[in-house]
Amino acid sequence: MTYQLTHLDALESEAIHVIREVVAEFERPGLLFSGGKDSAVLLHLATKACWPQAVPFPVLHVDTGHNFPEVLAFRDRRVAELGVRLLVASVQEAIDRGEVTEDRSPGGTRNRLQTHSLLRAIEEHRFDAVFGGGRRDEEKARAKERVFSFRDEFGQWDPRGQRPELWNLYNGRHHPREHFRVFPLSNWTELDVWQYIEREQLDLPSIYYAHQRAVFRRDGLLLAVGPHSQPREDAPDEEVVVATVRYRTVGDATCTAAVESTASTPAEVIAETAVARVSERGATRADDRFSEAAMEDRKREGYF
Amino acid sequence: MELLRLATAGSVDDGKSTLIGRLLYDSKQVYEDQLESVERTSLARGDAYVDLALLTDGLRAEREQGITIDVAYRYFATPRRKFIVADTPGHTQHTRNMVTGCSTADLVVVLVDARNGITEQTRRHAFIASLLRIPHLVVCVNKMDLVGYSRERFDEIRQEFEGFATRLEIADLTFVPISALNGDNVVDRSGEMPWYQGTSLLHHLEDVHIASDRNLIDLRFPVQRVVRPRSEAHHDFRGYAGQVAGGVLAVGDEVLVLPSGFTTTVSSIETADGPLEEAFPPMSVIVRLADELDISRGDMICHPRNRPAIGQDISAMVCWMTDAPLAVGAKLAVKHTTRWARALVREIHYRLDVNTLHSDPSVEELRLNDIGRIDMRTTSPLFYDEYRRNRTTGSLILVDETTDATVAAGMILHPGS
Repeated sequence: MTYQLTHLDALESEAIHVIREVVAEFERPGLLFSGGKDSAVLLHLATKACWPQAVPFPVLHVDTGHNFPEVLAFRDRRVAELGVRLLVASVQEAIDRGEVTEDRSPGGTRNRLQTHSLLRAIEEHRFDAVFGGGRRDEEKARAKERVFSFRDEFGQWDPRGQRPELWNLYNGRHHPREHFRVFPLSNWTELDVWQYIEREQLDLPSIYYAHQRAVFRRDGLLLAVGPHSQPREDAPDEEVVVATVRYRTVGDATCTAAVESTASTPAEVIAETAVARVSERGATRADDRFSEAAMEDRKREGYF
Repeated sequence: MELLRLATAGSVDDGKSTLIGRLLYDSKQVYEDQLESVERTSLARGDAYVDLALLTDGLRAEREQGITIDVAYRYFATPRRKFIVADTPGHTQHTRNMVTGCSTADLVVVLVDARNGITEQTRRHAFIASLLRIPHLVVCVNKMDLVGYSRERFDEIRQEFEGFATRLEIADLTFVPISALNGDNVVDRSGEMPWYQGTSLLHHLEDVHIASDRNLIDLRFPVQRVVRPRSEAHHDFRGYAGQVAGGVLAVGDEVLVLPSGFTTTVSSIETADGPLEEAFPPMSVIVRLADELDISRGDMICHPRNRPAIGQDISAMVCWMTDAPLAVGAKLAVKHTTRWARALVREIHYRLDVNTLHSDPSVEELRLNDIGRIDMRTTSPLFYDEYRRNRTTGSLILVDETTDATVAAGMILHPGS
């Protein structure tokens, strides 16, 4: 017996420890569940951390209204299997109520509008801790985020005023109306997530694997032709072709792009990820391209 | 594949960011779009060369000012190991950030500029690494290309460092002559320094033996949560969830529960994936015991003949991490393993000069980035070990009860030492 854990076991154990700390110290946790692969792994880890109890806290989907049907089907399937309570914070309803205004310019997305619905849901359900599937390897601003990340009464993140985080001693103390975002997958990479999906044989939305889809190219990204994204009539280069693609990330359907791929199993995705030359967000997210600090700015306002 | 957590210390001038950039780039963890974005920013800022520091400096203020403000975590992997790099800035808030980055590290890489040799900053980094009991320290003598790959210069720096290091406790000390810019001895052995008999830095990181660094002798299991499902399927289930903090826990072991002092036996070790015969650090498991005892979060399970220290009078080396200074009489919240208590600071013995290692007993307070020895009295007993014996049961944080901010990191000293 060498008493040595593999990297996946070590990451899993760390995540379970983090989730249990939250369950032990917070009164009203919730878990952000978009139906994407990271939140699927997160929810799986929550079931392990809470075992043999059922996951006692609700999951929250911030719904932009621009969904991939496969992802919604997966969301509902997982929620039913686990018997957890699903809460939906609808961006469409916030628009209909006139709380936020939609950017109707070409290329405009509902991405930034999610912050409003997320913060409103946190207030409404009085969550004091919200688990998210964010990883530090995703993006530069995330690389500086704590596992227990403090949010003030406005839901804001102050990157320069963060609490030091030492050993595995997490400080979740807060005043009423302040809350924490908690990131159990902080130390996981895209590759770790896929290796874990393979090892645990986790179910995912089918669009994570290669399939045929009508797509067009915009700003170097492959966007699906669908109810939420159409090629512009005045842009001759946005020609529609049928390609074999998969999704590396799943977000709002108007700003999440596909990648050309023939990977149809986790093992094939792992092989592809290991040699990928473009980052997950760079390949698939129009929303991160506004500026160098696009993510930092959104996070300061209270984004995921 | 194993996990190795390392911290890097040094300033941009020592070539630290270049080194990290090279490790990431050569192990193909930097993507083309990330590199292009760094090139764009470098160009817009008017840099003469592509500044790889921009790969790690993620916040707007950092990119604008060209400084690193906070600890950044970076990830790379080789076929043998996955690495988590805590990249700690050399400039502002140096001590606080380095203590934070080192708290979870198995190994620390200290960079020395071959032209400048050992500086005050090098000594400070080595001292903090030893204070945090990081078992492995690698001194990378960088910019060897600028001293003509001179063996004499490398040996000189090595001897000076070793002389200084005898005053510290560093279990495993390694020196590697490198040029981060040219890649000499970073990933592959360099042809420029045939006199160097050791391995490349990356090879050392892949190879260094870390399995023996954990304490597998003294069983310590801080109870994180009492698990009582009260469901039909698990009607009589009662277990204690937690992460093993030391030693090996086995089914059938006779164990002692603190603070109650009752002994019982381990009836099973459970996980969502099925029962286990044994559990060791840092596994998260559920322990079930033969007897129904009154046990709650913050209690400690150990072997009857190997108990942690139990007490309310705690002596610790602390790193003070906030602007308002610490003075005798301060009341703070303390978190130790899974237990919260309140602490009254009764004495500040001395402040350590992290550059000279001299202790100054004349101080009356500890200021931001100071390290010093304090005594405190806690409202309830802690079940602890000396930090040098166990980094999990020997560490604590102090929290301001008004602002809730984490204001100090503490490493517990032996009672009466």
